[in-house]
Amino acid sequence: MTVLELQRIGHSFFGRKVLDAISLSVGAGEIVALVGPSGSGKSTIAHIAAGVVDAREGRVVRRYHRHTMVFQDPRLMPWATARDNIGFPLRLAGVRRGGRDGAIRAAALRAGLLPEDLDKYPSELSGGMRQRTAIARALVTDPDFIYFDEPFTALDVALKRRMQDLVIKAAASAHFAALFITHDLSEAIRISHRILVLDANGRGIAGARILPGAPGSRDDAAVFALRQRFLTEDPLFARIHDIDERLRP
Amino acid sequence: MRPVSSALDRLSRFGRFLWSGWAGLAGLALIAALWQAGHEAYGDFILPAPLDTLIAGWRLLHDGSAVELLALTTRRALAGFALCAVIGTAAGVAAGYSPATLRLSRPVLTVLMGVPPIAWIVLAMIWFGASDRTVAMTILVSTTPVVFIGAVEGVTTRDRGIEDMARVFGAGPIRRFTHVAARQISTQLFPALILALGSSFKVAIMAELLANAGGIGGALARARAMLDIAEAMAWVGLAVAALIVVEYVLIRPLRSELERWRDAAAPWGVKR
Ligand SMILES: Nc1ncnc2c1ncn2[C@@H]1O[C@H](COP(=O)(O)OP(=O)(O)OP(=O)(O)O)[C@@H](O)[C@H]1O
Ligand SMILES: [Mg+2]
Repeated sequence: MTVLELQRIGHSFFGRKVLDAISLSVGAGEIVALVGPSGSGKSTIAHIAAGVVDAREGRVVRRYHRHTMVFQDPRLMPWATARDNIGFPLRLAGVRRGGRDGAIRAAALRAGLLPEDLDKYPSELSGGMRQRTAIARALVTDPDFIYFDEPFTALDVALKRRMQDLVIKAAASAHFAALFITHDLSEAIRISHRILVLDANGRGIAGARILPGAPGSRDDAAVFALRQRFLTEDPLFARIHDIDERLRP
Repeated sequence: MRPVSSALDRLSRFGRFLWSGWAGLAGLALIAALWQAGHEAYGDFILPAPLDTLIAGWRLLHDGSAVELLALTTRRALAGFALCAVIGTAAGVAAGYSPATLRLSRPVLTVLMGVPPIAWIVLAMIWFGASDRTVAMTILVSTTPVVFIGAVEGVTTRDRGIEDMARVFGAGPIRRFTHVAARQISTQLFPALILALGSSFKVAIMAELLANAGGIGGALARARAMLDIAEAMAWVGLAVAALIVVEYVLIRPLRSELERWRDAAAPWGVKR
């Protein structure tokens, strides 16, 4: 069963076409990684799928109950403490203040935040802690679909691994599906069931590769070998490390 | 545990507030010293001694009539301020959200700001006579533009990314406004409101003086006619004191409650 389906999505900003004929689908409990060079339109796809941006063309079909998103920048409310930021989706869902605390603590713990960080304002948190707050906020309502837009870029290597494991485990146990945008091919290989490569100019999905085995079952050696094979032998991945499609002659 | 820590936090902010009072007192002492020097240089007629002024002010307060006049002027200033806050905020927010309205209101604003307040007083006197409404209207037209601009700035410079976030997490347009946009607008709006409150008082006194509508302005006019400089200075001091009381009792606590996070974001040296 597919829980998210994009049908021939097209979009332009101020008359400049950035996306055209994007079709993709995500199955229940599936983690789909979306890779592509910077500026190719990955964030825009996530925003359209999550309903932040209305696409000019095409259709979005959502069959999940509740989605959340980890944005590329943390997007925390500067006037609220980490606790209130994490609890914001609960507040919107109508959970009373007293009833939020348990869920907030649990989500913060899963995202690697200490209880003493919860009373700090975003300006008092480090960049990585802010991103972890945003991750906790996405987990707190137990969604069945999560959009991740390069969520771990600001984290150090150890924490990044921990967060990747968290996503793999949480997806398996809580059965959420996810669209996981990243520019890091190793991360995509570790975390996902399937990798989609976006065309460098946003003109459709260039191709897909289904990964062997379940996410989390691939050890470092396997991830590395797969990554080497993709980058050296697979023409699909030839251009994903391009800087920006507009800089090319 | 959280109520205790938040009470402690509030207490520490209050302590800091008192501490900043010391700095304010030092500033006042400096003014008094300069004033005294001026008094000694130019004599009683030009500049009465600060102590004499203080005594005159004390006497005015104890007459009983001063309290009444202060209350009258404060009430007028606050009424005009409330009117301008409501109208300016509502119109500014509406214009901020609607670019067409904003473009339309720019020239209106330029004209409004270009007319000197004194001209408004004359017009208002013709329309309403020497009444509360003259004062209120003068305050309204001369301070609303500031509030309006503050509200427009708040709307147009807000971080839309946070609203997009709220949208993803299920907030409709109304809750995006009340939970996110309103908070962002208020950070721009508050300084404008404080400014407007200050000028409400000044404009109220000016309008009272010129329209001969009683209140502190009326008393000032009388003191001038009787060449009672100490009393005139005392009235000025009382008006300033009333403004300070209103600002520190009404506006500052509200603002510090709403903007605790700014405090957290301020560098250490600025905080104390
Ligand atoms: N709000 C906007 N207004 C105008 N143009 C935009 C807007 N958002 C994105 N774009 C343009 O759309 C294109 C795709 O942007 P997008 O953010 O989706 O790229 P991306 O693939 O997520 O890049 P990155 O990997 O660097 O995050 C870019 O050329 C960008 O300039
Ligand atoms: Mg992006």
